Amino acid sequence: MSKMATREAYGKALVEFGNRDDVVVLDADLSKSTMTTFFQKAYPERHFNMGIAEGNMMSVAAGMSTCDKTVFASTFAIFAAERALEQVRNSICYPNLNVKVCATHSGITVGEDGASHQCIEDLATMRALPNMRVIQPCDAASTRAVIRAVMDTEGPFYVRLGRLAVEGVYGEYADDIKFEIGKANTIREGNDITIIASGLMVQQSIAAVDMLKAKGINARLLDMHTIKPIDVAAIEKASMDTGAIVTVEEHNIFGGLGSAVAEVLSETRPCIMKRVGMMDVFGKSGKPEALLQIFNLTPESIVAAVEETIAKK
Amino acid sequence: MEKSTHLQLKLFAARMRKLIIEGVYSAQSGHPGGSLSSTEIFAYLYGSKMRVDPATPENPDRDRFVLSKGHCAPGLYAALSQRGFFDPCNIKDFRKCGSMLQGHPCRACIPGVDMSTGSLGQGISTAVGMAMMGKLDKKDYRVYSILGDGELQEGQVWEALMSAAHYKLDNLSAFIDFNGLQIDGKTDDVMSLGSIEAKVSAFGWHMIPVDGHDFEAIEAAVTEAENTKGKPTMVVAKTHKGKGVSFMEDQAGWHGKAPNQQEYEQAMAELDATLAELEVQA
Repeated sequence: MSKMATREAYGKALVEFGNRDDVVVLDADLSKSTMTTFFQKAYPERHFNMGIAEGNMMSVAAGMSTCDKTVFASTFAIFAAERALEQVRNSICYPNLNVKVCATHSGITVGEDGASHQCIEDLATMRALPNMRVIQPCDAASTRAVIRAVMDTEGPFYVRLGRLAVEGVYGEYADDIKFEIGKANTIREGNDITIIASGLMVQQSIAAVDMLKAKGINARLLDMHTIKPIDVAAIEKASMDTGAIVTVEEHNIFGGLGSAVAEVLSETRPCIMKRVGMMDVFGKSGKPEALLQIFNLTPESIVAAVEETIAKK
Repeated sequence: MEKSTHLQLKLFAARMRKLIIEGVYSAQSGHPGGSLSSTEIFAYLYGSKMRVDPATPENPDRDRFVLSKGHCAPGLYAALSQRGFFDPCNIKDFRKCGSMLQGHPCRACIPGVDMSTGSLGQGISTAVGMAMMGKLDKKDYRVYSILGDGELQEGQVWEALMSAAHYKLDNLSAFIDFNGLQIDGKTDDVMSLGSIEAKVSAFGWHMIPVDGHDFEAIEAAVTEAENTKGKPTMVVAKTHKGKGVSFMEDQAGWHGKAPNQQEYEQAMAELDATLAELEVQA
């Protein structure tokens, strides 16, 4: 199966499901990068370029949604979730409006652009907003399912998408996959430990699970595509069944997936856990694969974290 | 403007001013200064111009209003209650726990409020979004908004103005409540705005300067805006902060301060006298 970036799957899904009058797409001079350009070509009258003005774009999206529209607003994650954070909060989340903030170029796999464009804090900011739901699909097929679901679900969403082309986890792009907002998908079964991953770290974790198997460790792997509302039952069950959890995210270890899992564990069934992610440092320029190595977001790093955590059980 | 309409609007404004003072006094907080300076604009829009109906506040064909200077909620609430969206007696609960009348406009809780605002600069952008959808859906509703002059210091306002001109939103008419004062003093001392008229025009808007307390001038400007095709219109309304209450007029200190009992009584006495004079004419 060929690789596809989640941003590309997003652009295609907008075209596939967006043939309805209420769907409107906004971009901030990045439509060829966010891939909303596909929608722009298919439905030019419902695609609006708002220029390099992300704060305005988010508030405009809010105003549009009050006219019975389902509005998708796209730019890079750093600009959506941080430059325009307060607009997302006050214009979109506070009035609980039907706007889907679909942000591409999240994480360090943005690559060569470097730290200024590598957003590793967006899960933290978006997760903290009341009314906001936060989803990060790991591959093309799940992105398609996510876009279809958020299009049909009223209210604000933040969808975290990536630039890097990634392997499929769920099979062919056009296939229907099991996807439910707020319900983690079990990618691998196992009872020695649970790896909870999101985004392209699911693929890294699959490789880690295979390496662990060779070492006689059976790891469960959950694709926690919905960071908020997070799947409390799946986390609680993982704690009870496996007694140890490693979270893996292409995000700062503060405020993202690891924090969300720790919050659940500490209030339900605590177990030993470890967070794999960006260790409170900024990224840098380079090839995405090289950056994953430098910042220890590799299958090898996940294996090491698992072994360290199991040893503490 | 018909003489009777003019008198009705003056009555609408006089009653609004009493409600504004009532609300801010009851809450012992809130923003009287800018609410009083924009009273005639509110009164013209809600007392005469806008096609809105309290029976169907969500009618998709209605005209829209966004209070971009959201802190002037007392003005908006006074206008909405007089237009019949809710009972004016709610105003005494303004800013209190359990009241729908939040400190700043809340779309989800108050009938007739088209957008939650309060963070300056965002409201005008949401108005742009509404006007864009009016164009897309080929509806003939109009979108109105009031900005503060101090609010123009927010960069987002200029992003919004740029986008409204780009999309040729001639269904959007905004007002700048140009009272020259903000929390910390004169806008010219805090952060000079330069020529608002020149800036607005340079951003591609049709610009009309008016006396913001003169109903005939406001009506003429709004009519001119309706007849202006291919660009949005900004009515730059020269106003007096605190208008209608002698000791509040042109005083920055009354931006966000509630009157004490003595001040309240004096303010109400002045506003009652104005209202009584108008009622005699009616």
